[in-house]
Amino acid sequence: MNNIFVDANRKQIAGRRRIDFTLRLLFLIATSIGVIALMALLIDIISDGISMLRPELFNNFPSRRASEAGMKSAIVGSLYMLLIMAPLSFLLGVGAAIYLEEYAKKNRITRMIQLNISTLAGVPSIVYGILGLTLFVRELHLGRSLLAGAFTMTLLVLPIIIVSAQEAIRAVPKSRRDASYALGATKWQTVSRSVLPSSISGILTGVILAMSRAIGETAPLVMIGALTFVAFLPTGPMDSFTVMPIQIYNWVSRPQASFQALAASGIIVLLVMLLLMNLSAILLRNKYNKHM
Amino acid sequence: MLLKRKGLKSLMMIMMMGLLILTAACGNKAEDSTSNGSSDTEQTSDDQSEDTALDDESADDEDVEVEMGGEIEIDGSSTVYPLTEAVAEDFGKFNPEVRVTVGISGTGGGFKRFCAGELAISDASRPITDEEAKTCSDNGIEYSDLTIAYDGLSLVVSKDNDFIDHLTVEELNKIFTTGSTVKTWADVRAGWPAEKILMYSPGAESGTYDYFNETILAKKGIRNDTQISFSEDDNTLVQGVEGSKYAIGYFGFAYYEENADKLKVVPIDAGKGAIAPSPETIKDGTYAPLSRPLYIYVNKAEISRPEVYAFADYYINNIGSLASEVGYVPLPDDKYSEEATKLH
Repeated sequence: MNNIFVDANRKQIAGRRRIDFTLRLLFLIATSIGVIALMALLIDIISDGISMLRPELFNNFPSRRASEAGMKSAIVGSLYMLLIMAPLSFLLGVGAAIYLEEYAKKNRITRMIQLNISTLAGVPSIVYGILGLTLFVRELHLGRSLLAGAFTMTLLVLPIIIVSAQEAIRAVPKSRRDASYALGATKWQTVSRSVLPSSISGILTGVILAMSRAIGETAPLVMIGALTFVAFLPTGPMDSFTVMPIQIYNWVSRPQASFQALAASGIIVLLVMLLLMNLSAILLRNKYNKHM
Repeated sequence: MLLKRKGLKSLMMIMMMGLLILTAACGNKAEDSTSNGSSDTEQTSDDQSEDTALDDESADDEDVEVEMGGEIEIDGSSTVYPLTEAVAEDFGKFNPEVRVTVGISGTGGGFKRFCAGELAISDASRPITDEEAKTCSDNGIEYSDLTIAYDGLSLVVSKDNDFIDHLTVEELNKIFTTGSTVKTWADVRAGWPAEKILMYSPGAESGTYDYFNETILAKKGIRNDTQISFSEDDNTLVQGVEGSKYAIGYFGFAYYEENADKLKVVPIDAGKGAIAPSPETIKDGTYAPLSRPLYIYVNKAEISRPEVYAFADYYINNIGSLASEVGYVPLPDDKYSEEATKLH
C-alpha cells in the first residue's frame, strides 16, 4: 500500500521535473535567439564593413567614388539634431510627466491624456514624418531644415520619454513626499528637491534610450526631406542637413559592391554610437543610484 | 543632496542652451531674407557680366570666386541622383562657397516641389507630364528641360538560363501585362521549358517602372499576382533574378553592368532584329524602345542667380565624361552643346 503511493509520487515528481526542464530549455532558447541574432548581425556587418572603416569615412563628404566617400556631413547632422532635440524633448517630456504625476487631478481628462500618450508611443514613425512635413516644414515655414527635423524627432520621442519619466517618478516612495511636506516644503520644493533627484536616473535612462531610437530613425526624416547629398556642414539650425541612416540607405541601394561595404562600415559607426549611448545610460543610472 | 542640486542646475543649463539655439534660429532666418534681397538687386549687373564671361572660362571662374555663394536645392529621381551627385561633387571642389544639396524624392516628388517653386533644379527620369506642367504654369514657374544622358532599361535573366536567346516586345508585353495568363516559359514561346516564371520588377513609385509601363505595357499596368515581386531596391531585384534559373527582371543599365558576371542580359527585338543593350546601342538609339533619356529641369527664374547658372552650365559641359563613370550612357558630344543653348 505504502509502496504504491511512493511510486505514484515519484512518477508524478519525475513528470513535473520533465516539464520543468523542457520549459527551462524553451526559455533559454527564447533568450538566446535574440542574442544569437544580434551576434550574427554584428559579425556579418563587421566582416563586410571593417575594410572601409577608415579616416576618410569621418573626414570626407559623400562622393560618387566609394574610395573617397565619407559620411562627415551625416555624422555631424545626426549630432546637431541630437543637440537640438535632447534639451527640447527633455524639457517637454519631463515637464509633462511631472504635471501628470504630481499636479494633475486623477480624473477622466487625465486618463484620456494618459491613454493618448500611450497610443502615441506606438504610432509608426512615418506618421510623425507626415505631421512634421505639414506642421513644421509647410505651416511654420521652417523648410527642410535641421530645426524642422529636430522638432519632428522631438514629437516622435516625446511619448516615450513621458511614459518612462512617469514610471520613474511613480517609483519614488510616497513616504519621501510626505516627509518633505511634513517639513513645510511647497509642492514645487518637494518635486524639485526630493522627487526629481530620486527619479533622475530613471528619467535620464529613458531620455537616452529615446535619443538612441531617434538617431536610428530614417522614415520621418525622409518624409520631411532630409537630403542625401550634402557636402557642407550645417552652420545654423536653418540649414539643410542629412543624417547617418539616410546616408547608409543611399549607399545600400547603389549597384557597386564597394558601396555596400561602405554602407556596412556606416552601420558600424551608427551601432557604436548606439552602444555608447546605451552604455552611458547604464553608467548614469549606476552613478545616481549610489547617491540615493 | 548637494550633488543632486548640481545635477539639476546643469540640467537647467542644458535647457537654456536649447532656448538659445531656438532664438539663434529665428535670427538666422532674418539674415537669410536680407541676403536674398541684396542678391536680387545685384542681378542685373550679374547678368551682364555673365554674358560677357561666357566664352572665356577663366573670366568665368574669377567671377565665381568673387560673388558666388548661396544654396542650390536639387531633388527628384533617384535614377538621376548618381549623375547629379557626381556633378555636385566636382562643382563643389571649384566652388566651395556654393552649397548644393541633392535629394531623392523620386521624379514625381521632385516635380511637385519644383512646381511649388522650392527647387532650382529637378532631376527626372521621364519628361514632365501635362498635369505637372500645368501646376508649374499655374504657379508661374518657367523651366528649361535639358537631356543629360541615356539609360538603357535592361531585361535580365540568371546566368544559368540557357534557353532564352532574345525576347520580342510582344512577348514581353504578354509576360508582364496586367491580367496576363502566362504562367510558364512554355506559354511564352513553344519549345521553352514548362517551368514557372518568377518575375522581378521595380515598384510603381519608380520612374523605371513608369518607363517600362509606357513603352512595353502600353500604359496598361503590370500584372500583380503571386508570380511577381516588387522592390524599390534594385539590388534586391538583382539577387532575386540571380537566384533562379527561371527568373526574369528589369532595371537600369548601370545595375546590369555592375552585375554582368552574375546576370545574362536579354536582347530585345522590336521588329528590327534582336539587340542587346550596350553603351553603343543605347547611344545611337538602336536599342529601342528601352533606351530612355534622363533630364534635369532648371527653373528659369533661378538661372538668373549666378551660382545656379554656373552649376547648370558646369553640369551640361561635364556630364558627358561623368555619365559613363557612374554607369550611364552619355549623349553624342554635339548634343551637349545643343542642350547648353537652352540655358540662355
